[in-house]
Amino acid sequence: MPTWFGERLSRRLVLAGGICTAGATAAGVTAAVGQASHDGHAAGAARPPSSTDAYPAPAGDHSGAHGAMVTVGEVDSARNGFDPAKMLTDWDVGTTSTLPDGRTLRTFEIVAEDKEIEIAPGVMFPAWTYNGRVPGPALRATEGERLRIVFKNYGSHPHSMHFHGIHAARMDGVPGAGLINPGDEFIYEFDAKPFGCHLYHCHALPLKRHIHKGMYGAFVIDPDPTRHPEQADVARSRLYGSPENAGWQEFVMVMNAFDTNFDGENEFYAVNTVAHTYMNTPIRIARNKPVRIYLINVVEFDPINSFHLHANFFDYFDQGTTLTPTLRTVDLITQCQAQRGIIEFTFAEHETGLYMFHPHQSEFTELGWVGMFDVVEDVA
Amino acid sequence: MRDAPFSETEAELPGSASPRRALWWIILPLLAFAAAIAVLVSINPLARFNNGTPPVEDIAFERVILGSDGIRVLVRAGGSEPMTIAQVQVDDAYWQFTLDPPGPLARGSSAWIQVPFPWVLGEAHAINLVTNTGATFAHDIPVAVATPIATNSSLLSQAILGIFVGVVPVTIGLMFYPALRGVGRNGMNFLLAVTVGLLAFLMVDAIGDAFELAAESAAVFQGNAMVVLAAAASFLILMGIGRRNGAPKGLVLATYIAIGIGLHNFGEGLAIGAAFAAGAAGLGTFLVIGFTLHNVTEGIGIAAPILRERIALWTFAWLTLLAGGPAVLGLWIGSLAFAPQWSALALAIGAGAILQVIVEVTAMMRRREGPEGDGLFSPAVMSGLAAGAGFMYLTAMLVKI
Repeated sequence: MPTWFGERLSRRLVLAGGICTAGATAAGVTAAVGQASHDGHAAGAARPPSSTDAYPAPAGDHSGAHGAMVTVGEVDSARNGFDPAKMLTDWDVGTTSTLPDGRTLRTFEIVAEDKEIEIAPGVMFPAWTYNGRVPGPALRATEGERLRIVFKNYGSHPHSMHFHGIHAARMDGVPGAGLINPGDEFIYEFDAKPFGCHLYHCHALPLKRHIHKGMYGAFVIDPDPTRHPEQADVARSRLYGSPENAGWQEFVMVMNAFDTNFDGENEFYAVNTVAHTYMNTPIRIARNKPVRIYLINVVEFDPINSFHLHANFFDYFDQGTTLTPTLRTVDLITQCQAQRGIIEFTFAEHETGLYMFHPHQSEFTELGWVGMFDVVEDVA
Repeated sequence: MRDAPFSETEAELPGSASPRRALWWIILPLLAFAAAIAVLVSINPLARFNNGTPPVEDIAFERVILGSDGIRVLVRAGGSEPMTIAQVQVDDAYWQFTLDPPGPLARGSSAWIQVPFPWVLGEAHAINLVTNTGATFAHDIPVAVATPIATNSSLLSQAILGIFVGVVPVTIGLMFYPALRGVGRNGMNFLLAVTVGLLAFLMVDAIGDAFELAAESAAVFQGNAMVVLAAAASFLILMGIGRRNGAPKGLVLATYIAIGIGLHNFGEGLAIGAAFAAGAAGLGTFLVIGFTLHNVTEGIGIAAPILRERIALWTFAWLTLLAGGPAVLGLWIGSLAFAPQWSALALAIGAGAILQVIVEVTAMMRRREGPEGDGLFSPAVMSGLAAGAGFMYLTAMLVKI
């Protein structure tokens, strides 16, 4: 705007308006001005109600609920090698063995590699990835286990894995402690603690670039019920693979964004990378089973992200390190970068249908971070 | 080749070509060129320059149309390779869109983008195109108003607007004709110099605007070179035509002045029409009065060479139409089918035409002064130049913002 006025508001432009007005008043050409503004008004005002014109409902998909304000086309998940619909429930539990002292040793294999991925229909992004996907694999372990992460760097730059957890300085993934050059390998080893919803990311410098290029992922440590006898039921419901846990519908959502033109502002916002993906393919949930979302914010360049659920309220466990909610009965939470938490809600009392979720920063919503829960009677 | 001026000297050189051999010497370089291209394409020696960087991309916005069905934008691609517009943002939100014709945009080709966006009258909007490489190209709509469409009433209202821009000032200027006829020798020199001064101002103004518009046009048009070439071509062509029967004077010279001013007004009309379509509206009567005053001198300039001649009344009508009429035409075209490169081209042609009449009016003054006069530096001429350019400059203050 300022540049336009500075450069373009020359005599010719000014005249256009001036002459219009003068022509109308002086020469009695009321039609010129009157009609122009009438047309404009009609167009501006009449549009929103006349849904057929301005909001042509896209045939056969659910983005109709969002009007015509969506990205166009479909992302080729096969070429990307990851599917946001499957990512929601795709946990990497690694491989386990038993240590001499009887504890469980859980081993993860992670490879850093450069990969061009499609982050919105038709828009390619030169990403740096863990295991070829953005976000990286959602690692899941149980409190008290010994964790061993075998990290190989096949990328073009030095990388690391910096875990949000409790570990030794040597295992921190910062320069001098597990930051490795291309072609090198490093093994991070530490105990799984504290339980909660955490994350890992590359801590190579420059940090902003390494994070927003795609080097982050979920790192969930489930509580060990035997260590929390007073809340063993709650802990069991969080323990992956337990019968109690099977009664829940769990999803992992990493809120991320992409600065495709590298100007320090994001062009696309999403959960699990692909803009509008859960708009085009809503997340099916069964009405009678409670929902638990492991929500992690890794958005770069914007200080705050948020999560808002339509037509319902939820309990929130900030960082997931408690078994009682840190916030009860809210429909909006905010997270700064690397903040994360667990969201629990149920649609048991609701009618079936499409329920929207999005950050309540309209800008992020309109740039791709918005989705739908398709609440149905039962999920096959 | 024998008929060419250099053939005599060349014929003396050993080994000079016969017509048949000359033909070979045309074919051979062409074959060498074809061979060079074949080598480039087949063994691709440029591959080692491929450093993995994305292709260079460029998009120029040529036209924006706001209608009851949303926003339509005409864009022209200028990338090193065909470009793909992957997504379209309006006001930082992704919107569904259709591309016509669909698919990648080859270098220099254009396409319409249609977005069903409910724009708001009188407010600003911003369009941002995202290509498949993630590059973005932004364009502002400073004031959203419905783009005029060609109806009888809109054409009529634009014509009346154009008459105020072009015809009215020229008519008022020419109405001074009877009063000016009585001037003496110095007065005549003064008036001719006023004409040169105002034409010089118009030329500088037109060239400046042409360069400004050229900068907005797609890179393939090479705006600056296009403006200079078009101005030079129009100057040389009009000089050539004008000098067929000796230096023009009297009514012929007046006609050339009218043509030059007419071309300038055509360019102005294009730009005003485009601005009208773009919605830079509502700035008042004051500016129109300023513009009319500003352009009254155009009529005086046309009148100056014919003060000593007997002119039929219909000739004045014809001169007025020639100088002022193109503003109407420009307004119609500009508001209905505008692209910055065409306005730049029209303004450049106008500038070349104005240069031609500057040269001819100056030549006429030289002839009038004769060998023993004060020449082009007499007080009358100098003050006339200052008055012409100064008047244009000062009245332009009323309308420049």
